[in-house]
Amino acid sequence: MTGAAGVADPLRVALVGSPNSGKTTLFNALTGAGARVGNYPGVTVERREGSVRRSGRAIRVLDLPGTYSLEGETPDEQVVERVLGGELPGEAVPDALLIVADGTTLRRGLGLVAQLLQSERPTALVVTMIDEVRARGGRLDLAKLSRILGVPVLGVVGSRGVGLPELRELLEHPESWSAPSIRPPDEDPAERFAWVDAVAREIGAGDTPPDTRSDAVDRILLHPVGGGLVFAAVMVLLFQSIFAWAVPAMDAIDGIFGVLGRASAQLLPAGLLTDLWIDGVLAGVGGVLIFLPQIVILFTLIHFLEDVGYMARAAFVVDRLMGLVGLQGRCFVALLSSYACAIPGIMAARSISSPRDRLATILVAPFMTCSARLPVYTLLIAAFVPAVSVFGVGLQGLVMLALYALGVLAALGAAALLKSTLLRGQVSSFYMELPPYRMPSLSLLASQVWASAWAFIKRAGTLILLASVVLWTLLTFPRVDADPSLSPKEQAQVALEASAAASIGRAIEPAIEPLGFDWRIGVGLVASLAAREVIVSTLSQIYAVGDADDFDGLRSALRADTDPETGEPSFTLPVALSLLVFFVFALQCTSTIAVMARETGSWRWPALAFSSMLALAYVASFVTYRVSSALLS
Amino acid sequence: MNPEDTASSGCGPLSDLRVGARGRLCDHPGAGPVKPRLVDLGLVPGTPLEVLRRAPLGGPIEVELRGYRLVLRRAEAACLCVNRRDAQA
Repeated sequence: MTGAAGVADPLRVALVGSPNSGKTTLFNALTGAGARVGNYPGVTVERREGSVRRSGRAIRVLDLPGTYSLEGETPDEQVVERVLGGELPGEAVPDALLIVADGTTLRRGLGLVAQLLQSERPTALVVTMIDEVRARGGRLDLAKLSRILGVPVLGVVGSRGVGLPELRELLEHPESWSAPSIRPPDEDPAERFAWVDAVAREIGAGDTPPDTRSDAVDRILLHPVGGGLVFAAVMVLLFQSIFAWAVPAMDAIDGIFGVLGRASAQLLPAGLLTDLWIDGVLAGVGGVLIFLPQIVILFTLIHFLEDVGYMARAAFVVDRLMGLVGLQGRCFVALLSSYACAIPGIMAARSISSPRDRLATILVAPFMTCSARLPVYTLLIAAFVPAVSVFGVGLQGLVMLALYALGVLAALGAAALLKSTLLRGQVSSFYMELPPYRMPSLSLLASQVWASAWAFIKRAGTLILLASVVLWTLLTFPRVDADPSLSPKEQAQVALEASAAASIGRAIEPAIEPLGFDWRIGVGLVASLAAREVIVSTLSQIYAVGDADDFDGLRSALRADTDPETGEPSFTLPVALSLLVFFVFALQCTSTIAVMARETGSWRWPALAFSSMLALAYVASFVTYRVSSALLS
Repeated sequence: MNPEDTASSGCGPLSDLRVGARGRLCDHPGAGPVKPRLVDLGLVPGTPLEVLRRAPLGGPIEVELRGYRLVLRRAEAACLCVNRRDAQA
């Protein structure tokens, strides 16, 4: 602990407020943490704790999910109630409350403030987004608000650091904040909001004009036809950019690993450890890390859409469609987050009020194309789909878009099936606040993209590294002494055929042969059950064996590979399509399964999801392989 | 039912209001499963509101109230009773 001497336990201050009032932005600014933020209600679904930086004493800040009321009904809202009531096991009641209210929506937000002022604890109020209030021509008399409420009130702009020094100073002495001196009417909502209206009038909160810029943007983005066209155009642009813009950066990363590999082969003494380093670590981890540029492009777009305020609009636009499959707009936001990773998507489902809708969303979220599928898709598409243009749009980008669309259709279809069978129930309800569009600060966007990219790098350095080393071991042992008169490539081939991995692959080969997969893909499939992108490092390793100095071009290696017996190409377009379809449907991710079990409180649901998705993947791959083989022969 | 029919005759469901129509929530808003939540969002009797947008094909409607924008399904909006005023008022 770095606090002043004599302080035994740090004081704990809880950040509470309505959804999307800027609590997490403040939390990040105060603690230096990089928690996920976004401009739509319900980004934070868990409690989160951090120490105030540059503070003279130890103060812990607690970031809680947003709630409109202290009688919350969704799992994330109930977190607030339970923390404040001291009902969460192992969680001490906070020493003080820092209420966070959006300055542009005080005529609603003060309703929750009225409820929170019933507490006996020291309380202070932070009014956020005061720059926006001013830009829209409004004025808030915060000094008067402080006199009315009897607690300290401070205006801040969390994303730009305005008012933060004063807030840090205020946070030095939470125990000196006054406990609220007034008790606003709490029992009857009508009386509570009558009080809100009176206070709002006093401080000028009713005079803030509407945000005309948001209205102008909404006239386009929420237009029944225009909005859909803009959305489609953005999606096409995204998938084009994944192929066009990422290439130079990918070549650079590829080059670095190539140089590393060649240098290692020259400098290190020949032996098992060098093989492990070159064929296991560099080929395995490098094969996955090369896709970092694509991940960055994808996350930049997703974080931009979240920060700018588009997610709530998307929910509004697709709610009707979601209604057809028995879900609602909020489920779509969770599914959209799953484009990054199914885990935040599953977590986001906590803000869905109906337990059945929430469960359905959790179960279908893994169908959405997460970023771990991206390396697999990119590799196979770049290797097997010709780089030609169709009506001026690249075919590779279109195939990628089609795979994403297939994932969405699968998710919606599965949701419809679940909601009409296992999870049948009353019609879901949907309501959501539409925040004004906000231009994300570039540094904030950059730090969020960096956090996501770093998570990807860390995964490559831990899970993927571990899987690569295990695979290398399985691919190397038991060692056989190949006939020295053979070429090095043939010797490597003999060693590979004799390896433990080959035995495993051969054992399952009969099961996957109908899908067009040989034992090498089988090894990759088994390995990819841990995490999807491991198949890329598996293929990198299998095709790099004996070829340590030819590092670049797993793509060309896949294309050039031939069956040793027949001389035919072993990796054909039908095989690639079949493998792609398998990855669209299968649930190959141990982390997702674990989070699913935690969020649903049972292993039954993840078991159901895993087995049914595997069965679907098998059937779909089989059909794809047979049909495309027939068409292309 | 033609939305105009409820124009000046006291209360009607929010879901019937056209884009641009304004009104106040009636003293006795209808009951529905989500009503307690809507109350927390500031939808209490007497609250002025304006319909800004209706999603096509029976999708949700967007309402402005208390200086912010709320979208809700028509089924929910149908449970809320509104005293309509003239759109230009």
